[in-house]
Amino acid sequence: MALDRWIALVLVGVCLAYGYAAWFTMDGSLAPFMKRNPIWPSTFPKVLSVIGLIASLTILLGLEKAEEKEADIDYRRLGDYHLGQALFLLGLMVAYALCLRPLGFLFSTSAFLILGSFILGERRWIVMVLVSLTATLIVWYLVQQVLGIYLRPLPGFIGG
Amino acid sequence: MLEGLLIGLQTALSLQNLLMVIGGCLIGTFIGMLPGLGPMSIIAIMIPVAISMGDPSAALILLAGVYYGAIFGGSTSSILLNAPGVAGTVASSFDGYPMAKQGKAGKALTIAAIASFAGGSIGALLLMVFAPALSSVALLFHSAEYFALMVVGLSAIAAFAGTGQVAKALLMTILGLIMATVGEGALFNLPRFTMGIMDLQSGFGFITLAMAMFALPEALFLVLKPKTQQEGQDGEIKDLRISRQEAKSIAPVIGRQSIQGFFIGVLPGAGATIASFLGYAVERNIATKEEQEEFGKGSIKGLAAPETANNAACTGSFVPLLTLGIPGSGTTAILLGALIALNVTPGPRLMIDEPQIFWAVIMSMFIGNLVLLVLNLPLIPYIAKVLSIPRNYLIPFILFFTLMGAYIGQNNATELLLLVAFGICATALRFADYPLAPLLIGFILGGMLEDNFARSMQLYDGIGFIWERPLTLGLLVIAGLLVILPSYRARRARLRAQGVADGD
Repeated sequence: MALDRWIALVLVGVCLAYGYAAWFTMDGSLAPFMKRNPIWPSTFPKVLSVIGLIASLTILLGLEKAEEKEADIDYRRLGDYHLGQALFLLGLMVAYALCLRPLGFLFSTSAFLILGSFILGERRWIVMVLVSLTATLIVWYLVQQVLGIYLRPLPGFIGG
Repeated sequence: MLEGLLIGLQTALSLQNLLMVIGGCLIGTFIGMLPGLGPMSIIAIMIPVAISMGDPSAALILLAGVYYGAIFGGSTSSILLNAPGVAGTVASSFDGYPMAKQGKAGKALTIAAIASFAGGSIGALLLMVFAPALSSVALLFHSAEYFALMVVGLSAIAAFAGTGQVAKALLMTILGLIMATVGEGALFNLPRFTMGIMDLQSGFGFITLAMAMFALPEALFLVLKPKTQQEGQDGEIKDLRISRQEAKSIAPVIGRQSIQGFFIGVLPGAGATIASFLGYAVERNIATKEEQEEFGKGSIKGLAAPETANNAACTGSFVPLLTLGIPGSGTTAILLGALIALNVTPGPRLMIDEPQIFWAVIMSMFIGNLVLLVLNLPLIPYIAKVLSIPRNYLIPFILFFTLMGAYIGQNNATELLLLVAFGICATALRFADYPLAPLLIGFILGGMLEDNFARSMQLYDGIGFIWERPLTLGLLVIAGLLVILPSYRARRARLRAQGVADGD
């Protein structure tokens, strides 16, 4: 089974779960006076779940024939591409999300930029550090001073 | 209208807004040139900046400037490197790249700039004429018609998605609508589908979703498969002039394609990409025999046609956005999201309630096109240097800007985790050839769609509004046909190909 049908299968599940919530569980907690309303919070989701189910089943069962297209990236041969780099970068983004608050913006961002280029194969440390530090400071200045959005600059334990 | 023009001129010519246009066009050109980054990603990255400015006219002017700049930058990389940065400029590389290989890169860029300028300006003129007319019609619409109109818009997007793609586009739209129902709606004051998670109380962030759908997958694609740089001629861009005879031969092309491109842009779902391919095909078909030979080998007509059409279509796509509040493309959907975040509701009342926004945007389109022609063209040889930024530095920065955008919008680190999670899902969807723009359009329209649906239900005390209002019924029938027709036609074509065609 091709990837698009696997995804359709997942989405059938999503629509079923969503539909179950809309049809069977949501109305229970509805206040009595709202039940006299012609439209309930669950009305629109009910409609959506049905159409979504039809559309995803159409794809799952292959009712609509699609011509084979030359894709930009062939997912069947993911190993041929730089998969490791992509996964490391995604991991780095998660780490950044977790570190941004506790370690402060300046440290997290420059570390993110340096490690990002490192993962992609850059080894000129001096250039990397200089570029990252400059960029971090410029962005911090723009966001904090020009746009006026607070970003904690330093790690919490230093009192930033 | 004259009064409106003057208001618009006054707003657009303020120093701040002039800087916005120029800045937007430059940033757009800059980033649009990078292969793989489309206008949607660029605008998504710029939105937090635009929103935090707080002034809706300035924000929209900036974002619109980024939009044309991106298209212009995309054509530059199509011509110089045969590496289109934007899908709408793929057709420009058919004749632009051969011209560059023949050493006529400067001429090709000039033609592209002039064609873009003419397409954009004529498009803006048409917008000035059609938008007020359309919005006075739209003022007669009720919430029932609005609901139906949005359904038509959403199904048109699915219908134009291409053969064999209708169900996928439809499913993505529905998924977007489903995601829009998560959180606490104004309508019922009840949290829905939050699964008890506090962070979902206010729903998914629109910027997060826009970044996750466009910028992140594009960056990941760049990581997975580095675009092999084709050898263009190196750096030397000279001889920007075109001869009088060449100008004469492309003038009719530009005239035709501006109008055709504009109207294609107005249709929901058909955007700059379709307009440019169609423009190229039409011009090739009506050219003389000798000229047809030239197409694909560096014909100036073949370059002017898609360049004019894609810019005119970009302008045309503002018509449904500004008059009906219904975006027809991913890019205008992102603009709509930005406007809503700034407390402006585009729609027929926009021209009456906030004429300065409406007219300022139109005026800034003229200024923006002028900026691209006068400022960007001479700067192109220098801006083209951006193409040599090593990808080792480029990609971490793109990723960082997507993270920053999501963080600034919500000031919430959980949003960043959502961004990564959605980004992975979006990349998987792209692998499987699911279109992502319908998802975002559905997500942005979802709230309005449900509001209008609920209002009509309440007015008519039930579903009766569908058959009691003929206009609503008519629109919904059109929507149904739009979804069903493409698969019906595809089926017939398949049967005919097998030799079992029906009688006719």
